[in-house]
Amino acid sequence: MSLLTFCDVTCVRGGRMLFDALSFALEPGAAVLVTGPNGAGKSSLIRIAAGLLRPAGGTVDGDASRALLTEAATLDEELPLAKALAFWARLDGRTDAVAAALEATALTDLAAVPMRFLSTGQRRRAAFARVVASGAPVWLLDEPANGLDSDALALLEAAIAAHRANGGAALVASHTPVDLPGKVPIQLHHPGEGRAPVTTDPQLGPGLHRERV
Amino acid sequence: MIATLILRDIRRAWIGGGALLPVAFFLLVAILFPFAVGPNAALLARVGGGVLWAAALLAALIPVERLVAPDLASGVIDQLLVRGQSAAVIALAKLAAHWLSFAPPILLAALPAAALLDLPSDTLIRVEIGLLIGTPGLAALALSVGALTATLRGAGALAGLLILPLAIPLLIFGAGSLDGGTGALKLLAAVSLLLVAGAPFVAGAAIRASLD
Repeated sequence: MSLLTFCDVTCVRGGRMLFDALSFALEPGAAVLVTGPNGAGKSSLIRIAAGLLRPAGGTVDGDASRALLTEAATLDEELPLAKALAFWARLDGRTDAVAAALEATALTDLAAVPMRFLSTGQRRRAAFARVVASGAPVWLLDEPANGLDSDALALLEAAIAAHRANGGAALVASHTPVDLPGKVPIQLHHPGEGRAPVTTDPQLGPGLHRERV
Repeated sequence: MIATLILRDIRRAWIGGGALLPVAFFLLVAILFPFAVGPNAALLARVGGGVLWAAALLAALIPVERLVAPDLASGVIDQLLVRGQSAAVIALAKLAAHWLSFAPPILLAALPAAALLDLPSDTLIRVEIGLLIGTPGLAALALSVGALTATLRGAGALAGLLILPLAIPLLIFGAGSLDGGTGALKLLAAVSLLLVAGAPFVAGAAIRASLD
């Protein structure tokens, strides 16, 4: 039973086709690593997987709950780190998971520090701690290695490995190398390389793709 | 679940001082008015109720930009949607939180404002009852327009242009209820109810649309 299935998913942004007929399944324990240059559609793929963006074609299936890591930390700036994490943990019904998540991201010492005082790398780890604490089987990680030093990257990889060992799965989009043993690679290409924009009828304009949903 | 969201929004409204700004604005309008029309007690007492209603309307514009836009930019809305919350439920929580941090301070501030305008006590009571019924409608308008303009930069002026015409029925029936009688109050309640019932869906659809 797959946790998340992409079936012939097509993504169109601003009248340009970013990827076309993309199909893969995320099994328990699996990891998919999406790579590609800037603007190739990595973030759009993650947002489609999260259900935040409607694909121009194809379907995304899966009942398993998902945890999303995007560019924004999405932790309230004025709150201490532990309390900011606790807000999301409360929504997930897992307030007891915060301490373990802080431990896994080596942030326990910073638990009482307000979010706005954290450095770029620490914020990244804090956002990742939110994903760890969520307990969701499917992790959707958009550029999780951004701003991390080598120690933090090792922590990230270890946490993903532990998650997969517990039957979870991860969909990771990254332009820097992330070590995921046994991963399924997906390579996206820069749009426009030998491909025509999807909107061929100029009268219809870029709103055309909405018709196909 | 919803309670957690409401509590967070109320907390954020108060820590930034955001909840006090509309009150300060409301009081300022009430203070400026006697300067403009002169210290004629009889005149002030006659128009004072209407002045408080107009002041409340203007105060409702102040928080519009912080209702939805910050959460959209910081990814909070994304995270809630990923957790399976519908956009309408998120908007409903925001509406409740906004009313709870907007209406009670305004109702309290109406007391000193009424004193400044030398308002008779029965007029003050009618203003308070009217505001209690009308502020949910004002909060609903502010939330809907806040969500519709969330992705625009510098949307404050546009938000004012959108809200004020739509708030005219609230103002008419609110000020109309000052003459006594319950007819205007019933119509005020009907308009307020309509706005409150529609706002979660309007704001929810606007939040959804802003993701694309």
